[in-house]
Amino acid sequence: MSKKLKVKTKRALVGYLFFSPWIIGFLVFTAYPFFYSLYLSFFKVRFTVSGVESTFVGFEFYKYAFRGDLTFPINFTNTITSIILSTPLIVIFALIVSILLNNKIRFRAFFRLLYFLPVVIISGPVVSELIANNAAQIVDPGKYFIYQFFTTLPDRISFPFLYMFDNLVLILWFSGVQILFFLAGLQKISSSIYEAAKIDGANSWVIFWKITLPLIRPFILINTIYTIVDLASFANNAVNTSITQHMFDIDKPYSYSSALSWIYFVSVMAIIGVAFLILRRKD
Amino acid sequence: MRGSFYYKYIKTPGTKLVLYVLLIGIGYAYLYPLLYMITTSFMSVEDLVNPTIRWIPVHPTLNNYKLAWEVLEVSKSLVNSIYLSVVPALIQTFSTALIAYGLQRFDIPLKRFWLVLVLATFLIPAQTTLVTKYILFSKLKLVGTPLASFLPALFGQGIKSAIFILLYYNFFQMLPKTFDEAAELDGAGPFRIFWTIMLPLSIPAMVTTFIFSLVWYWNETLVSGLILGNSIKTLPIALRDFIWRFAQMFPSSTGSPSNRLNEGIRLAATFITILPLLITYLFLQRQFVESLERTGITGE
Repeated sequence: MSKKLKVKTKRALVGYLFFSPWIIGFLVFTAYPFFYSLYLSFFKVRFTVSGVESTFVGFEFYKYAFRGDLTFPINFTNTITSIILSTPLIVIFALIVSILLNNKIRFRAFFRLLYFLPVVIISGPVVSELIANNAAQIVDPGKYFIYQFFTTLPDRISFPFLYMFDNLVLILWFSGVQILFFLAGLQKISSSIYEAAKIDGANSWVIFWKITLPLIRPFILINTIYTIVDLASFANNAVNTSITQHMFDIDKPYSYSSALSWIYFVSVMAIIGVAFLILRRKD
Repeated sequence: MRGSFYYKYIKTPGTKLVLYVLLIGIGYAYLYPLLYMITTSFMSVEDLVNPTIRWIPVHPTLNNYKLAWEVLEVSKSLVNSIYLSVVPALIQTFSTALIAYGLQRFDIPLKRFWLVLVLATFLIPAQTTLVTKYILFSKLKLVGTPLASFLPALFGQGIKSAIFILLYYNFFQMLPKTFDEAAELDGAGPFRIFWTIMLPLSIPAMVTTFIFSLVWYWNETLVSGLILGNSIKTLPIALRDFIWRFAQMFPSSTGSPSNRLNEGIRLAATFITILPLLITYLFLQRQFVESLERTGITGE
């Protein structure tokens, strides 16, 4: 008994030995910067001859972000709305494309390759350059009746639709990984389920809503969270500009940027939380 | 007739046509920015200002590439890009394997807790720790040195490390334990088992980790732009600063019209930046696209 226990303890120790680099790395490179930025956001930092002096200021920087700062509220709202609007569009688009690709078609490998290409080449500066030089605007949406129809509607209703038209290419370019995830999920659904449904007289529309969608649901959740994180961390969000711009402000170095990054963090977590509540399994 | 009932609807010529039209249309939308970029990058100034020319340049020129090449300092930034993506990708390939091995194979206490914590780190946006990471690295005197990128990768905190740890974790779960038990009876230690049994069996997972790390490290500009940016310029960072660098090298007062910054030059620079990635993708296309299925990241 005690010998068995000893072997078990030894194995656990060896396991921790292999895993320990992660614990160290987590403490130094993730947990410390994470909590230190929370701490800094409540303190005013001053660099003096004797070292760093910090005084507690409470929520002052958080208040300033929305009441004093002229650009942050705009940048923040833009980034958050773009995440909220793009995520469902990307996930739905990826699901549709993966269902199309899951059919027996010619050149399947070629299409899959094509749709995945942006994952390999996408980076902040590349996307910025493509947008700045009109390479991302596939059609001038203003020419189309449907676009003009939406522009006549009140702002609040038309905004999401106009957003979709204006950002079409970006929505496509951010869905490569998600398409592959969905494809992997679709391929796990056994064809005998479809056969049974077919024999019972179900058509493809019913099969999609009653079989494919419920079975693919866990993948929708994973893809949604992946998309939110992917969009939130992307290098040319307007929020990033605010954070990096204020890093070395003479009257509020580091602290104000930290407060901004925590406002952003809490908002992104809230979006993930809402997505989770909507998409989790209800049983 | 196995497994083809569902596809029967698709077999009617009409639906099939709709399917192909959709796939090709979507494909066109994907390729449009690339095609636009390539054709525009060969256009001379006359072609750019001529509204009747949309796709094929009438006076094709390589001048855009010459200027973009100079401004990006390609000979220098290309080497930096390769160095700063190949090395951390290699480090990440081995470190995340080792970490996942410890987590999956040894029944360590709190295993679930650690796994959840690893995945939780994935959710933190890079911006949240950006400022304090800069403070940390400047305290360690690592700002502007490649170590600022290599060290986090070594300790499992590189770009999207959590995904790769999960990938190896799932992959190791599929490998039967009998292999390592047999080796253990033969007297092999845990590190030796990892090196001579687990790793050779995990080549698909390693390839996936390496190539995805490679492109994500190559394309990362937010953190590295701040922590390495001013001393080590990679291609994407040089592209980020392109307008500013161009203005420095060719002040507009002295330049001839063909030397003034235009979209042809900017798109030539963009194309130069992604060309190494396109070539890598062409060579490793199957590894990229099939990897996610083969390694079972989606879980069983």
